[in-house]
Amino acid sequence: MIEVERLSKVYEMGEQKVSALAGVDFTIKKGEFVAIMGPSGSGKSTLMNLLGCLDLPSSGTYRLENLNIQDLKPNQLAEVRNRRIGFVFQSFNLLPRASALENTELPLLYGRVPNAKEIALQALDRVGLAHRAKHKPTELSGGERQRVAIARALVNSPAIILADEPTGNLDSTTGREIMKLFHELNQEAVTLILVTHEQEVAQQAKRIIQMRDGKIVTDELNGVESC
Amino acid sequence: MLIWVLFKMALRSLVTHKLRTFLTALGIIIGVASVISMISIGEGARSQTQDTISKFGTNIITVKPGQKKSRHVTTGKVDTLTLDDAEYIKANIPLITGVAAQVYRSAQLKFENKNTNTTVRGTGASYARLANFEMDLGRYFNIEEIKSAKRICVLGSTALKNLFAGINPLGKTIKVNGKNFLVIGTTVPKGALSWFDPDDQIFIPVTTAQKRVFGIKHVQSIDVQAGKIEDLETIIEDITRVLRQKHNILEGREDDFYVQNSAQFLRSWGDSAKTFTYLLGGIAAISLMVGGIGIMNIMLVSVTERTREIGIRKALGAKKKEILEQFLIESVLISFLGGGIGILLGIGISRFVSDIGGWETIVSTQSIILSFGFSVAIGIFFGFYPANKAANLNPIDALRYE
Repeated sequence: MIEVERLSKVYEMGEQKVSALAGVDFTIKKGEFVAIMGPSGSGKSTLMNLLGCLDLPSSGTYRLENLNIQDLKPNQLAEVRNRRIGFVFQSFNLLPRASALENTELPLLYGRVPNAKEIALQALDRVGLAHRAKHKPTELSGGERQRVAIARALVNSPAIILADEPTGNLDSTTGREIMKLFHELNQEAVTLILVTHEQEVAQQAKRIIQMRDGKIVTDELNGVESC
Repeated sequence: MLIWVLFKMALRSLVTHKLRTFLTALGIIIGVASVISMISIGEGARSQTQDTISKFGTNIITVKPGQKKSRHVTTGKVDTLTLDDAEYIKANIPLITGVAAQVYRSAQLKFENKNTNTTVRGTGASYARLANFEMDLGRYFNIEEIKSAKRICVLGSTALKNLFAGINPLGKTIKVNGKNFLVIGTTVPKGALSWFDPDDQIFIPVTTAQKRVFGIKHVQSIDVQAGKIEDLETIIEDITRVLRQKHNILEGREDDFYVQNSAQFLRSWGDSAKTFTYLLGGIAAISLMVGGIGIMNIMLVSVTERTREIGIRKALGAKKKEILEQFLIESVLISFLGGGIGILLGIGISRFVSDIGGWETIVSTQSIILSFGFSVAIGIFFGFYPANKAANLNPIDALRYE
């Protein structure tokens, strides 16, 4: 599903070259639940941007469902993000003036999917928020907002869902609920990649990748469950 | 389908910032309103002048005396036309329907204790018809009266007002340069043009004017009426040929007269009125441009403000084109709104001007279409840069933007 080989990213800051990602290799199979951990500056956000097709690598290859991502053009990348990737952000990133339903609908509209409204409503129902469809993000609690964001990530049935510190802005109870939802989704064979620096959150994943200085330090299966 | 969604999004963002939307549109509103009202005033002035001028008849050809030349020396006198010339034209050109010779000079009028200075015009019997004067009271003089050089006169409405102030003038006697004249008629007012008042004159038989008032033998102009407008050019040629023949002007010598037509004058006046309209329209167009810059300014602010939104949309798969469209729709909507309100305001202003100022104004469909189209074009033109800026944002930077 995901094959990453010698993937690296170098940022040029004036004269200086900063190597944010120094050649990482790994593969992720369909239905996996992977947590990427590491201190800030370890390259996990850079890796996340590359996996999310928001950025292109400086060198190396990234294959997502047999597509060579590094060879794609901006519009093709937009299509890959639209069809194959679902994002869940720490700060939810919902459109403040649009209702929960309209937020959830958005990827379908850009993907020109017919019956967008129905599909979006189903996705909201999946995260248990069908009754809040008409509400604006400001009228929802933090947990509810993140659920809307998850519904939006799910709505296009993507190959992977990338979650960047999804519980970072939530209290621990709500955070646990969100993690429970991720678990359920994973049980339904959704591939999940989670970036976090919280040990407790990472422990819920089936596989943990530890990063430091742009490199993978450890990559091991977590606990008794294995894939 | 997507375009409709983008349209709804743009509309929502405009409705959320009502005051800002209105202020942004205000530039366009003022621009469009001024284009429409200025052009309507200009067009109104043009048509009013054209109306007034055509009251004098566009089918009239005027023959005026030129400078007489003897052995290449120009003599100052301009007495080359006579009543005989007028008769000769009448007799020899079949395409014409009337000829009226004129002499005119300023003279002192007196009735009882009232004095006024006005133009005394000596004319033939058909002058009233040729110059489109209608009779108000009494009648114009006839051919018999001209032959016998009677001392009778017809008063223009301004001269009438100055001398008689409400009294019935018919049958009264006035003094023209000290000589008694019997009033036999008055004319309906024609309305003053900016450069002269056709009603501020009196009419007397041309023969009377020559012999008894001015003491001259020539005439100052001969008005010739064409039967059909299409024949104007032919008649002008005929007059020139006939008069050269009568004046014994040799081939190669210059005419000792001029032939003019009011249509030419009308045309040149129309041209200058058009220039005036363009000038007004141009000034108004500049304010439209300024309005467009206002749109660009606000859209740039809006793009910066919504950087994060743009980042989210890109992460969810919005293509460059779709972001571009969303922002373009917004700026076009603003200019559309401004254009619509501006048209109503412009029509209102031109109504107001014609009601209060008494000027004629003409709101042409053309100017509405023009200014509306122009304002939408401005929305696209000035909206493009900010929209393009938004579309080119890097999604990662946009997502991180606080």
